Amino acid sequence: MSENVLELSNIVKRFPGILANDHVNLTLKKGEVHALLGENGAGKSTLMNIIYGIYKADEGEIYVNGQRANITSPHKAIEYGIGMIQQHFSLVPSFSVAENVALGLKEFHLFPRIDVIKKRLRELSKKFGLDVKPESRIWQLSAGEQQRVEILKLLYMNSQIMILDEPTAILTPQEAEGLFKTIKEMVKYGASVIFISHKLKEVLEISDRITVMRHGKVVDTLLREEADEKILARKMVGRDVVLRVEKSPPKTGDLKLSVKNLYSRSDKGPFAINGLSLEVRKGEILGIAGVAGNGQRELAESIYGLRDYTGEIEIDGTMLKPLDVHSRINHGVAYVPQDRKGVALCGNLPLYYNLFLKIFTSKQGDFNPYLFNPISLKKPAEALVKEYDVATSSLDLSVKYLSGGNMQKIVLARELTLNPELIIAVHPTRGLDVGAMESVYKILIKARENGAAVLLIAGDLEEIFTLSDRVAVLYEGRIVGYSEPDEEHLEEIGLMMAGIKKERVG
Amino acid sequence: MRLKIERRKNDPTKLSIFLMSVLSVLISLAILGLIILSLGKNPINAYVQLTSWPFGTVAGLTQTLISMMPLLFTSLGVLIAFKMKLWNIGAEGQFYMGAFAATWGALFLFKGISSPWLMLPLLAAFAAGFGGAWGAAAGWMKAKLGVNEILSTLMLNYIAIYWVNYLVYGPWKGKGSYNFPITATFPKAAILPQYTSDGLNLGIFLAIATSFFVFYLLKRTKFGFHMDIVGDNPIAAKYSGINVKKMTIAVLAISGAISGLGGMMQMSGVLFRLQPNFSPGYGYTAIIVAWLARLNPFVAIAVAFLFGGLLVGTQQIQLFLQIPFSLVSVFEGLVLFSLISGEALLRYKISFKGVRT
Amino acid sequence: MSHDILTSTFAGAIRSGTPLLFATLGEILAERSGILNLGVEGMMLIGAFTGFAVSYTTSNLWLAVVAAMGAAAILASLHAFVSITLKVNQVVSGLALVFLGAGLSGFWGQRFVGIQSVSFVNVKIPLLAEIPFVGNILFNRDPLVYVGYVLAPFIWWYLYKTKYGMNLRAVGEAPGAADARGINVSLTRYIYTIMGGALAGLGGAYLSLAYTSMWVENMTAGRGWIAVVLVIFAIWDPLLAMLGAYLFGGISVLQFGLQVTQTPIPPNIMKMFPYLFTVLVMLFTSSEKMKKRFGAPSALGVPYSREEKT
Repeated sequence: MSENVLELSNIVKRFPGILANDHVNLTLKKGEVHALLGENGAGKSTLMNIIYGIYKADEGEIYVNGQRANITSPHKAIEYGIGMIQQHFSLVPSFSVAENVALGLKEFHLFPRIDVIKKRLRELSKKFGLDVKPESRIWQLSAGEQQRVEILKLLYMNSQIMILDEPTAILTPQEAEGLFKTIKEMVKYGASVIFISHKLKEVLEISDRITVMRHGKVVDTLLREEADEKILARKMVGRDVVLRVEKSPPKTGDLKLSVKNLYSRSDKGPFAINGLSLEVRKGEILGIAGVAGNGQRELAESIYGLRDYTGEIEIDGTMLKPLDVHSRINHGVAYVPQDRKGVALCGNLPLYYNLFLKIFTSKQGDFNPYLFNPISLKKPAEALVKEYDVATSSLDLSVKYLSGGNMQKIVLARELTLNPELIIAVHPTRGLDVGAMESVYKILIKARENGAAVLLIAGDLEEIFTLSDRVAVLYEGRIVGYSEPDEEHLEEIGLMMAGIKKERVG
Repeated sequence: MRLKIERRKNDPTKLSIFLMSVLSVLISLAILGLIILSLGKNPINAYVQLTSWPFGTVAGLTQTLISMMPLLFTSLGVLIAFKMKLWNIGAEGQFYMGAFAATWGALFLFKGISSPWLMLPLLAAFAAGFGGAWGAAAGWMKAKLGVNEILSTLMLNYIAIYWVNYLVYGPWKGKGSYNFPITATFPKAAILPQYTSDGLNLGIFLAIATSFFVFYLLKRTKFGFHMDIVGDNPIAAKYSGINVKKMTIAVLAISGAISGLGGMMQMSGVLFRLQPNFSPGYGYTAIIVAWLARLNPFVAIAVAFLFGGLLVGTQQIQLFLQIPFSLVSVFEGLVLFSLISGEALLRYKISFKGVRT
Repeated sequence: MSHDILTSTFAGAIRSGTPLLFATLGEILAERSGILNLGVEGMMLIGAFTGFAVSYTTSNLWLAVVAAMGAAAILASLHAFVSITLKVNQVVSGLALVFLGAGLSGFWGQRFVGIQSVSFVNVKIPLLAEIPFVGNILFNRDPLVYVGYVLAPFIWWYLYKTKYGMNLRAVGEAPGAADARGINVSLTRYIYTIMGGALAGLGGAYLSLAYTSMWVENMTAGRGWIAVVLVIFAIWDPLLAMLGAYLFGGISVLQFGLQVTQTPIPPNIMKMFPYLFTVLVMLFTSSEKMKKRFGAPSALGVPYSREEKT
């Protein structure tokens, strides 16, 4: 048996209100790929942030190569040979690739030798199949390319322990294949890799051992040979049932939303939506599948009126102007954005204010349209909190102190009490536990059964298959094809997501 | 030793905020004492002199109320803007523009009107309009072009001050002024009712009434609710269908209008004519008043009263103890520093930890 | 305009642009590290006062300059402490600095009002000063002007060509990334905020030691705020700051030039010009698009803590 390069012993980390890591033990052997599997919120990222020195563990020890390690900062971690690629990249956007590698290197005194770095980077790129030019500026690179820069950084510093936090979330299936090849290559040269994921298939493909976490605890560690998708799923969720929600066949009605020839720019400047067209009818859920970063956010924001665009957006046959949220609300459009804390909630305002953010901009109830009476809102707020099962100590609590799941419930409660006719939901279950997920599914299906049109934009194909009546695939700001929501079409959808196959008839 | 700072899990209580504010003022006074000492003056004596007249005598209290009036108006103006996280530090300029408009109306435009019942509301509206326009200009630049309102309102202050200087040194210089840069005196109809011979006038009651108005606007109207939303998260406001740009312009306009109204009250209630440097920095002191009052319009009444007394008292000790009037600015700076530090201490848990080896 | 008036206007532009240049360079350093310090006006005033007081009592101008920089740096370190360690709102802290700087300089400075002291005199640079027209404008000035000529390109070189400049830019743009590479974010911010303060103090000192030879309460007259605007105008670039500072210097001396030529514009109206021009500049440089395109330090005004990421 090979030696342990990394050993975690009884790691405990508490956050306000939750036990994020509960006496976690984990070992990493030299030259292995060890997958850390678990749902969002299972404590995987917290654990890795402890290893990388971002968080400090409340209890427990870390051993690197058998020696007790005191890792107080990412820099310290790097000195121990531990490198981590976080979901938010740690790169300076205006710097070139080479400058990012040069940043903070001790080997240079007053002037960084960029030419030396470039040369070494080219060698590393070739050796590990990481295609990226050393002189490119970071902000010009795609997410996949930026990830390669992060890997190059680790290779340049000769990291022996590499932690990859959900690296495939931003990649096409084909790019993911490329990443797996690189990982295998790195392992061959003696590196050890911790690979965080919640996707069963890729975990089974890439890893030697798999540790499953749930609610901050390690459930089990298995060899790949001992595991299959069913076993892993059960351990991950804690029960056999993977979400299946009862759903009647769709009773499709009139055309609710029609988008024609839409163009819209991302915050960075270039077009993220390139001549997109789609239609959604009443009583159906249209699922939009696609790799993150292909225009999901821009699509949702354009339709909802938060982002400028050219092209036509019609709701109920009425042409809407860009950047006019108010008229959307009047047309019964609800929006559950991906970033609920940043977009849909006011963190410092009390919970019950947040349930009524749209009270004056929607046609909601009968009350004086100019006067605000907070006391009269408490009763309906209480009813909503009960109905949506929001866990809170008080209606007056600032909403920023709630958990992610409870925040999402507040958003859903507000949006759905307005009896929406069109719901735009982006990653509506990201970060939720299974229970909360199930109730979100039920809420969306109920809205559909009441005749609402739903545009579901999600990264998780499982979720799309569970909820949608039709599936459209988004690639580089265009709908590249449609499909039916079942497993048989998985491969076809995957190829479309990679932009390989276009325009299937029908 | 290592300073360790962690965010607390819940909001600080009202009591702890109150105690922190009081403590901040006390700490500032203590430091100020040392600074007074640096001039070789006795701080205890200075403080006794500073407070005894403005708060301890009828004549002094009257002066305190008189100087509280413009302070409260400008503080309410500033407070409204701060409530929506708009850093309007242009209350001084808006105050000047209000005074300019009132003078223009009283001496030129509405000269023929002899009824105070018509004249005074007209002047008030005119002044509020000009102050409001001065604020709205900054609001428009912010909403349409993203111009930072701190810098634009500050530049507008200088412009307003030089504008008034130009007028009183030039075309508006009064006939009987012996070449002093002052305008002619306001006509009777343009003067607010006076209650004492030493200047207590209707203005102070109107200022307090304005506090009630501002409270109602902030807490009980759609406008105030939308201000809360925009102030906390402008993106969520857009998401809720609120026109953030319109709100920005409107709030800065209202903010400027209230300060402008203060300028008119100062003209019609206290000075009766325009002159250069007629404000000892009310618009700047207002920033500290608003902040210390935690943006609460009722608390602002009390704080403005205290600062009104401070201004009067500092003039006293300048006269009798030769302590420079700049003491007020020093105190304001100290209060602001201790307040924000105190708030940080409430929001974070701060502890000293020995470095473990 | 006659040749003489033209020469003196250009020379005046350089002279009145120099304090703006120092203050702008200082603010560029602070903002590049991610700290917004709106207290420039207060720091300049403290610098102007301290410089004058020291030059008056010791008659040593260079000692006065050093003292001015030190005094302003002390104010800046106060801002640094509350912004970096206590993570308070930097806008409010900056305002507090203005009150404190204006107040303290006025308070301690009262007894120096109306007194003349020594001041820097022009030093002709051999050869360069002989260049027709330009030579006399640029190279027959006081030593602090020359310091400005050297300092701006030096800071530019430091920012873009050295390892430390790279660290500084990284801290302002992506503090998390800089932290992960072992760059001490807090320490970097402390250093450059304090250095920025020292430069603002130098700008203030120029006013009382070279531009004039006296101390007047609030003698900066908003120059500190104009410097904050110039940072945006210069898109955080030290060389453009040079251009902006002298341009603004030119506008503020325009009135003297116009007075001599007897234009009918009243002086109080002409005094508005720098402020009006500042507003005008903001109208064209403030949009989010411009800021993104030219690389504003994206972490500007945002306190950094390792455990809180959004």
